[in-house]
Order: sequence, then structure tokens, then C-alpha cells
Amino acid sequence: MLASGILGYSTETLESIAEGGAGAVTTKSVGLKPRVGYANPTVVQVSCGLINAMGLPNPGIDEYVNEIQTAKAVLNVPLVVSVYGFSEEEYAIVAKKAVTAGADAIELNVSCPHVKETGSEIGQNPEILRQVVRKVKAAVEKPVFVKLSPNVTSLTEIAKTAVKAGADALTAINTVRAMAIDTETARPILSHKIGGLSGSAIRPIAVRCVYELYEEVKVPIIGCGGIANWSDALEFILAGASAVQVGTAIAIKGSHVFKAITRGIDVYLKRKGFRSLQEIVGLSHRS
Amino acid sequence: MNVKNESPSVKTFIFKDKECAKAKPGQFLMLWIPGVDEIPLSILDAREDGTVSVAVRSVGEATQTLHEKKTDEIIGIRGPFGNSFTAKEGEILLVGGGTGIAPLLFLAKKLASKAARAVFIIGAKTREELLFIDELEELCSKGNIVATTEDGSYGIKCLGTEPLEPLLAKQKFDMIYTCGPELMMRKVFDLAEKYEIALEASLERLMRCAMGLCGSCVIGKYRVCRDGPVFTAKQLREVRSECGISKRDFDGKKIPLEYFFCSMTACLRNVEGAIHANHSASWTCSPVPLFQG
Repeated sequence: MLASGILGYSTETLESIAEGGAGAVTTKSVGLKPRVGYANPTVVQVSCGLINAMGLPNPGIDEYVNEIQTAKAVLNVPLVVSVYGFSEEEYAIVAKKAVTAGADAIELNVSCPHVKETGSEIGQNPEILRQVVRKVKAAVEKPVFVKLSPNVTSLTEIAKTAVKAGADALTAINTVRAMAIDTETARPILSHKIGGLSGSAIRPIAVRCVYELYEEVKVPIIGCGGIANWSDALEFILAGASAVQVGTAIAIKGSHVFKAITRGIDVYLKRKGFRSLQEIVGLSHRS
Repeated sequence: MNVKNESPSVKTFIFKDKECAKAKPGQFLMLWIPGVDEIPLSILDAREDGTVSVAVRSVGEATQTLHEKKTDEIIGIRGPFGNSFTAKEGEILLVGGGTGIAPLLFLAKKLASKAARAVFIIGAKTREELLFIDELEELCSKGNIVATTEDGSYGIKCLGTEPLEPLLAKQKFDMIYTCGPELMMRKVFDLAEKYEIALEASLERLMRCAMGLCGSCVIGKYRVCRDGPVFTAKQLREVRSECGISKRDFDGKKIPLEYFFCSMTACLRNVEGAIHANHSASWTCSPVPLFQG
């Protein structure tokens, strides 16, 4: 699957990702009102990944429903709409509008590390998270995924709260709070100072998160964080993920990274004598 | 960093950067003005000795702050990004408007040994804002330069696109390269289609990541930062409904081109980049190096 935040404003780009082999696509996070995001620099390259603080730029759900409708008309893969809000009501309103426009599933962004009063500020508080998931579940009849933040004391507690409140699946993980400082000017580089780290640097953290979640929850887990090839993807699956999302790797490998990953997994399954991917989900827990 | 005045509103900034010194005509870089903004700029020149230059028009807070920078002040550079113009042999026509002349001048230098003939149509509002005319005259003979100004203070009083049709009707060209305001480029594209001449145009959009991830700069299925900024006529046909018509604003909403310019405070003018697809988006090669002039 295409991870949220990457491209995803327009139908054409989602289409090209689907053509690249993605089995599903996730939109950028959309909220109730338009947001212009932060000033540049919004992205900084570090040795093993990227730190971004875009600030959730999006045109707002009332404008974005047009894009969802257009996308649904042409996409031949499921469309997941990522949703954020500043209150449980906002999450529910946006999710409902997205589903009415044709979204196949909703992914709740309760883990964006760089916007106040939404994202991870919701995902860190079990009580608020419970309210958000409940409200959204009551508002829509499509599957609801909850995208978790690694920036919490107890990931499994938060995850259990989300599942209890009705989450149909968990996505793990969003970016890791991070920053970069320029030594010449002694300034943080990002305009927002703190952003979220993605890319290969966070893969081991993400794999650990998925592994821990698999032991504690029964719902499917979608692995995300630094996946760039089939063996990275397999790590997540062996840790317990039923599906994986790819984002940052598209910068280097282009949209065909998806095909390369699924082909590599097929070869692996054949070589190891497995009949289906199902057989190896969480396999590392049995050894 | 050295600074040179080109016109009342345009300055050229010259600095050393190993990575951007390898840039090809059409490529762009991201220039960080610490504490203010990071903006895409088309590369005006890149030399083997590591010298890189960009021409910047003061249009908003970021560019104005940059214009106030002194020789020893610090800026940050990421890049080069995007694809580049292909260097075609034969009869070449270059159509540039405003600071869009910058990447075309860079290209013309590279073409000097290859092209049988290069004709330049350049346009600006006034004589003072007509950029790089001396450099162009050094490269091409005077007869091959058609200069236009909107107020008639130099050359022909008209828009840069006006001398184009009579020229195309009269002469055969193997390739048209264009860079400048998008409405001008759209006109050039339409004429190139009419006269069936190959064309490459360098587009500009709002840029954030510059590596093809954030989607801020999409036009149709293309990402200007990664699949462009140089697009062929064939690609422009696919984005006909957007080229010269709409852009995406800071919130990702599609808006008419003119409105975009008004709403844009910092992000310049021509982001031309150019390509070459196999340059990886490179975090190995350019982790925001900083330079002191």
C-alpha cells in the first residue's frame, strides 16, 4: 500500500502509484478545513532518512470529496482516506464525508508528530483516542484503521485502547519525532523545528512495534516505516503485519518499488515452500 | 557567496557547491535562507571549479531577504534536482521571459558547440529588466537575438511571443526550448504544435520536498520536481488542461494560474530543473551543505 502523506493530492498521482503495483493507496491526511501547512524547509535529508514537518497541508474535506469521487471512478485498487481532526466530532464528520464520497476505508491519523492538538496529541491520550475511534466507527460503515505513533510510553496500551474502541486494523508506525540542526547557523533546519523521521533509520523501531502489537492485539496490523525492498517488507510480515505501506522509498526507487516488493515476496514464498502469505504472518513469533 | 546586480529587481548569487556544480541546464536547487524560507531556483551556471550561480528576482519575503544578504553571509543548498533540457543539434530556437532566460542561457552555452544556429527570443517588461543581454550577444550573433519589451524601451514593443509566429512561418527549427511565465510558455507550446516543431518547456510549481514525495508540485500525473521541470511537447499534451491554466496552492487545491501568483509570497519564478532520471533523489549526495563566500 501507498503510505499516507506521499503524493496523494490528485487522482493522477494515486493512479500512477497503483500502476506501480500498489495493492491499495492512502491519501494525504485530510481535515475539516483547508490547511496551507508550514513554510519551507518542510523536509530535510539526513544520512539515513528524511525528517519532514509539512504541517498537514490539505484542501479540506469539502473540496477533497471531488478528488475522492474522481479517484474512485478510475482506481482499480482500494482507496484509503487518511483523516485528522482537532476533536472527535471533526474526525467523525470528515470520515463520514470521505466514505460517502467513496472511500473504501478510513485511516485515522492520530500520530502526526508535528501539528498541535491533533495527530499524536490525540494518539498519546487513551481517553481521547477512545472517543475518536468510537465516534468514527459510529459514523461510518467501512473499515477504520488507526495509525499509531511510536512516540508514546506504551504502544501496546494505546493499541489495545484503539482496538477496544472498535478499530478494525492498526497501522504501525507513523514517523518518529526528530530534528536536525545546522551547525553553521546554529539553527534548527525545519521551519517547524521538530518533524518526523522516516526512511530506513526507523525500520528497526517499526519492526519492533509490529512485533509487540502482534502479541497483544487480534486485529490485522499494517506495517509501515522504512520499507524499501521485499526483504524489508518480509521483516514486517514475519513480525506480524498482514500488509505493509511504503512512502519515503518512492523518492529513490519511484512508484515501481511496489512491483519489485511483491515480486520479491512471491519468489521468497516459492523458494521457502510456503503456499500463501498468510502462512508467514507473525512467523517469527513461533521460533 | 558573491552577489551581482543584474537589474533593479534581479541579482545573481554565486557560490561554491560540489554537487550543484555537476548540474545540467534545466536543473534546479533548493536554496535555504536560514530562518525565513527555502525556495526552488533554476541554475544559471555550474562550472567544473565548483562555482554555481542562480538569478533571483525579488518578489516576496524570501527573495527580498536573500537580496539583502552580504557577501559573507550563509545560505544552505540542496540539489541539484529534476531533469534537464536535452541538447539537440541543428537549428535551435530559445524563447525566454524574465528570469526564465537564466536556464536558457546556461543551455545555450552548452549548445554553442553543437547547434548549427541558435536564435533567441527574449522578453521582459522593460529594458532594465531584460536579463543577460550582453552574455547572449557574446554567444549568438546579434542578428540571432530578438529582444522584446512590453513598454518598448528596448527592441520591439510587444510580448515575447509576438515575433514567434512570423518566425516559425518563415523558418524551420529542429527544437524550441522555452522558459518563463507559464502563460507565455503555453502560447509557445501551442505555436510549436501548430508548426509541428519539437519543444521542451521548463515549468514551475510550488515546491516543498523537491524529491517527488510530497505532491505539492504535481501537474497531471507528473511531479514537476522529479519528472520535470523540463517537459516535452508530448508530455505537455497530456497536461493540456492544466498547463498555463491551473496550479496547486499551498493547501493542495487546484487554483487558476494568476491567483496562484498573487497568493505566492515566497516561491519564485522559474523553477527549472532538469532531469536525468538516474540521479537518485540523493540524500547521500546533498545533505544541505552550507557555504561561506
